[in-house]
Amino acid sequence: MANATFQIWRGEQGTGSFIEYATPVSEGMVVLDAIHDIQAAQANDLAVRWNCKAGKCGSCSAEINGQPRLMCMTRLNELDLAKPVTVEPMRSFPHHRDLVTDVSWNFRVKKKIRKFTPRRPDAPDGTWRMQQEDVDRVQEFRKCIECFLCQDVCHVLRDHHLHEEFIGPRYLVHAAALEMHPLDTLDRREELRKAHGIGYCNITKCCTMVCPEHITITDNAIIPLKERVMDHAFDPIVKLVGLIKGTTPGP
Amino acid sequence: MAHATVPLTRRRFLETRRRDAWWVQPLVVFIILTSFLIYATWAAFQNAHYTFGPYLSPFYSPEIFGNSPHAILGPKPGWWPGWLPFSPALIILPFPALFRFTCYYYRGSYYKAFWADPPGCSVGEPRKTYLGERYFPLVFQNIHRYFMLFAVVFLVILAYDVWKALWWTDPLTGQVRFGVGLGAVILALNVVCLGGYTLGCHSMRHILGGFRDQFSKNRLFKAPYACATCLNTTHHRWAWVSLFTVAFSDVYVRMCSMGIWYDPRLF
Repeated sequence: MANATFQIWRGEQGTGSFIEYATPVSEGMVVLDAIHDIQAAQANDLAVRWNCKAGKCGSCSAEINGQPRLMCMTRLNELDLAKPVTVEPMRSFPHHRDLVTDVSWNFRVKKKIRKFTPRRPDAPDGTWRMQQEDVDRVQEFRKCIECFLCQDVCHVLRDHHLHEEFIGPRYLVHAAALEMHPLDTLDRREELRKAHGIGYCNITKCCTMVCPEHITITDNAIIPLKERVMDHAFDPIVKLVGLIKGTTPGP
Repeated sequence: MAHATVPLTRRRFLETRRRDAWWVQPLVVFIILTSFLIYATWAAFQNAHYTFGPYLSPFYSPEIFGNSPHAILGPKPGWWPGWLPFSPALIILPFPALFRFTCYYYRGSYYKAFWADPPGCSVGEPRKTYLGERYFPLVFQNIHRYFMLFAVVFLVILAYDVWKALWWTDPLTGQVRFGVGLGAVILALNVVCLGGYTLGCHSMRHILGGFRDQFSKNRLFKAPYACATCLNTTHHRWAWVSLFTVAFSDVYVRMCSMGIWYDPRLF
């Protein structure tokens, strides 16, 4: 078995340092396996959040060699093991301990987005009828596992710390899933523009690149939302048509 | 165990722990866009060698005023201010230029390459303040959909130019004959690439049905939206390929007009 070296961030509340650990690695291992080996053999107090080890729970998000990734989905044979592999916590959220961050801000943000509000039921038994073609777009967004890697890589949150003014790519995807839903009746465009700060997104597509579920966040969620916000707030022709038809866009 | 004291603070400009060559992509974008801007500006100010036989360079089409037989309204108008440089390209180029400038794909690319905002994903930025596209001047990027409509008009005009490029006038007899030269093929290829870029534009996708929540209620939008979506998945490729073809079309017409290149007649 070959040895690989990992530099793991150890510390609390944002302070700390990288500590180097050498551990045996074998074929088929992922970064989370190595972290568990180090935790078992060398650092019993190493804090790491994980759950499914299958890329579906979104718990083991971290930055591996500077790239936001799921530790359980990063195979060691994808990395250059000749150099130490750095593993550090996500940088967009308050640091808790070692590799664990406090991601509760995300759940508070989600509460700010008005909930799914369906139209009256289509059938007397209280059920609705939908066509598959109408929910195709939305289904892509439902793949999100809330790993928050997209929030972590977004420079608006990561570098500019605009957490109070921008909800981030994850919740723009959530808002898109609601806005494009064929049953939903609410219009969230005004709050997307103002309270949720969609204009802060400058389409770097970093969120799309790191998404482990391969959701086309920028092209299929954020830009279509930007276009809808434009209909609502900026496009004089759309406004004129709305006035003529008596359907002036607005919440 | 060894310690490396690197605090989890805000990264400095270009600071990253990424090990891949993240800087290659913004550098390539910077080089290509800068080269295109320099060439297009130079070509637009030339006001010469933009036609060859029935060919008209896409930088100069439509030629509203000008000295070539392609001019729609004749030569440079008398009211044109003397202090303002004249070229048929300067009248029309701002529209396709602003279409590309406000394009969602290019925006993401040039924010990285020219403004380092950010230089790369998870790479430190030079500035602490950030306004995004919420405020002046970048809020004007929202005008993209109008430039997209202009781009569609230009697409039709360029397609008509390809048709005209198939009809050659014999200088001796004055007779007009059908003929396909390599230049016509290049101009046609340019229209195809520009079509792939324009028709797959995010604003086009929105207008063709993206604004709807239910396609099942009005099937008129379903097929156009599906086509725009299909092109949109490769929008970045169309953006670069069409940038190259439009520049190369101008180079080809210019070289033929200057007598440097020979335009082979295919049939």
